[in-house]
Amino acid sequence: MALFDQFQDLIRAHSAVTAIGADPFGVKMERVVSPTEAIVEGRPTILVGTNNYLGLTFEPSCVAAAVDALEEQGTGTTGSRIANGSYGGHTGLEEALARFYGRRSAMVFTTGYQANLGIISTIAGAKDYLIIDADSHASIYDACKMTSATVIRFKHNDPADLDKRLQRLAGTPGNKIIVVEGIYSMLGDQAPLAEMAAIKRTHGAYLVVDEAHSMGVIGDKGRGVAEAAGVEADVDFIVGTFSKSLGAIGGFCVSDHPEFDILRVRCRPYMFTASLPPSIVASVTAALAVVERRPELRARLWANVSTLYDGLKRHGLSLGPQKGPVVAVHLPTPELAVAAWQALLKSGVYVNLALPPATPNGASLLRCSVCAAHSRHQLERVIETITDVAYQIGVLSEPAQAAG
Amino acid sequence: MTATEDEVFSAVTTALGPYCKEGTSITAETDISQDLTLDSVAMLDLLMELEEKFDVSIPLNLVPEIRTVGELAETVRRLKEG
Repeated sequence: MALFDQFQDLIRAHSAVTAIGADPFGVKMERVVSPTEAIVEGRPTILVGTNNYLGLTFEPSCVAAAVDALEEQGTGTTGSRIANGSYGGHTGLEEALARFYGRRSAMVFTTGYQANLGIISTIAGAKDYLIIDADSHASIYDACKMTSATVIRFKHNDPADLDKRLQRLAGTPGNKIIVVEGIYSMLGDQAPLAEMAAIKRTHGAYLVVDEAHSMGVIGDKGRGVAEAAGVEADVDFIVGTFSKSLGAIGGFCVSDHPEFDILRVRCRPYMFTASLPPSIVASVTAALAVVERRPELRARLWANVSTLYDGLKRHGLSLGPQKGPVVAVHLPTPELAVAAWQALLKSGVYVNLALPPATPNGASLLRCSVCAAHSRHQLERVIETITDVAYQIGVLSEPAQAAG
Repeated sequence: MTATEDEVFSAVTTALGPYCKEGTSITAETDISQDLTLDSVAMLDLLMELEEKFDVSIPLNLVPEIRTVGELAETVRRLKEG
């Protein structure tokens, strides 16, 4: 068998998608103009597939901080925190994150992926159990593969199933570590954390929550779904990313565990990779300050969420189960989703195409992410364009104008 | 409750029935990924179904070791026995 024979099924599936004459998984942003606009295929395009929830990618205070750091400290750290030292910015950002979450300690990673990979794979010992939501992100599944712990999946967002799984383990030695996400990235639904925290307490388990899509987005202070559900004290480890609401790249974990910092010399995805460059650290630190200083951005985001979600729903489109910054439009088949995605791009609207097997329950999705910086006018155009495209491909029986 | 070998094997073959290629039947030697039409995601869904039916949790770590239908049935039976 030749080396790449293992990819033949994937090559066939990818070719079937790109047969439309475009590659939804290789879109070129020719020029990004603002958090909500880019030039794609020569056309001005509204961006509704960025995860740029607060619109901070062009925030002047973040850009200025990054430029200053770049000029003062250079382009990169050229090494890992452990082998080559930490810059002041790294520890400054960790202190700021610990303060933001009201936690004892914080650790910064080079990507969000590495944060999940590192924390989950390191805290779970060989005799422990990881009990993960079935719809977990790839970084959580990959972390599980790195451990010798026993990995058990429970039904997505189903506290009763989680309880059952823990019940089956009652009396067995080993720590039980529950891993869930605040907001799930494909359908935008939130974990029922209040119920899950109660189950965690009953069984004496630990709880890890990945707030990648919820940090800065939900909760009074923007600390995520755990804050909104009032169960922060029950969450032992919060993991998150800087690449969504904070508009850059990187990941983190915060915890109150008194010995948390020992992970710095045990956690391989932290130790064996170069640390974040000073410019990124500076822009993330500035973005975190913006999240704290300007809660109105969150209010604007949620107003935009309502505009998009309610608008699409009014026209009869089938959406994800819960209103939130990820708005998933269900289409009946992968072929229709691909056709709709392409028609939208040609009409100047960029959304994410999400197909099985990357989606829950084999769903074919147009995944929209809402930004605080979207204007009312932009969102109305997005609603109209999606509705018209759904009509053209036969998913809706009426075009946008007729439905009103 | 203990599940007999037959009971588990019959439940597993029933669950796998929809993924059987035309003109073939499922035996203990049937290779799940080669001889049937289910992909890795369908396999995980099927495991959930069996977990529910037999009130067990099948650790994800065991899945790569399960090659045949007989091995799957044996894994479920062993977990059920505890």
